Amino acid sequence: MRVESRFRWLPTPFRSFLLFAVWLLLNNSVSAGHLILGAVLAVVIPLITLPFRTPQPLILRPGLAFRHLGLVLFDIITANLQVAILILGPNKKLNPAFVKVPLDLKEAMPITILASTVSLTPGTVSAEVFPWAESLAPGEEPEQYYLLIHVLNLKDEAELIETIKSRYEAPLKEIFQC
Amino acid sequence: MLDVVILIVFAMLGLALLLSLWRLVVGPSLPDRVLALDTMYINSIALIILYGMNMGTNLYFEAALLIAMLGFVSTVAVCKYLLRGDIIE
Amino acid sequence: MSEIIISILLLVGGSFVLIGSIGLVKMPDFFMRLHGPTKATTLGMACLLTAAMVFFSVRVDGISAKEVLISIFLILTAPISGYMLIKSAIHHKLPASEKTKGKNNIEPD
Repeated sequence: MRVESRFRWLPTPFRSFLLFAVWLLLNNSVSAGHLILGAVLAVVIPLITLPFRTPQPLILRPGLAFRHLGLVLFDIITANLQVAILILGPNKKLNPAFVKVPLDLKEAMPITILASTVSLTPGTVSAEVFPWAESLAPGEEPEQYYLLIHVLNLKDEAELIETIKSRYEAPLKEIFQC
Repeated sequence: MLDVVILIVFAMLGLALLLSLWRLVVGPSLPDRVLALDTMYINSIALIILYGMNMGTNLYFEAALLIAMLGFVSTVAVCKYLLRGDIIE
Repeated sequence: MSEIIISILLLVGGSFVLIGSIGLVKMPDFFMRLHGPTKATTLGMACLLTAAMVFFSVRVDGISAKEVLISIFLILTAPISGYMLIKSAIHHKLPASEKTKGKNNIEPD
């Protein structure tokens, strides 16, 4: 895990890239003027807002991150088809359940990404992260975080936990190296 | 052909909006109503984009983007209020 | 050719948005209702916006890609509003339907 960027003038490379892309998309043009203005904004805005932010782990494996993004997008499409079929089917067949998934991740940013991924993929919505941040003493580090998820149609609890851990959590651990 | 398809999709989105409205009126709890309102925001974005396609103009894009942003922020603000009885502590 | 692609994307997107709203009406308790709007509606919107992107790229001169922005924004924010909603539902102790398993996994606050 690393929180400091290698370049001092580019503290968050991915955010800069995102700002640049959003600027070009908003203006819907790739003319030289917009390219230069977008590049300047992409460098200046992260530098100005740096003091306000709490340091978060940086993406250390960009290639793997893009591959994971592709996998998640593909899963979103299949998951939506499954959920659409479940919604149109009879209510009696559904087995809703709350499942507690033990997490290996400890940092706030990777846990947030994992919770969002779980919300968008097969039949699950993430509900809560235990233990609560308010119930901890300041500076105290809990040994284990849990993610509470609500499942629309539970088939096998152990298999679901295994899928989430191997398919979505392991790549995140690799990407952030934590 | 496209005109007919756009009309059909208009009808689908209108129906979706009505169903969400029914959930908004019936409830029964506050989070249900907030969820219905959030869905209605997203449905109205779809309607605006579709109207822009029907008119053949790209001008409605900014309106759709603004509704998307305001809808998200207001949903989160109302949920925060339901959770804590306060939005900014 | 492009008309067929746009029509298919529009119909698929419209059906997904409609299915999301049907789920909102049909499901028995709040936690199950949440699944429709967070998932089906998001993908439906992505399809509709892709259709709009293709439409404006064909009709108007030049490629129009800014509709992608709304898709990205919706995909990024849908889980967060879903998370806030389910958190407030747990806080208000909304009843889950009787056959819901593992209700004791919810920790009291």
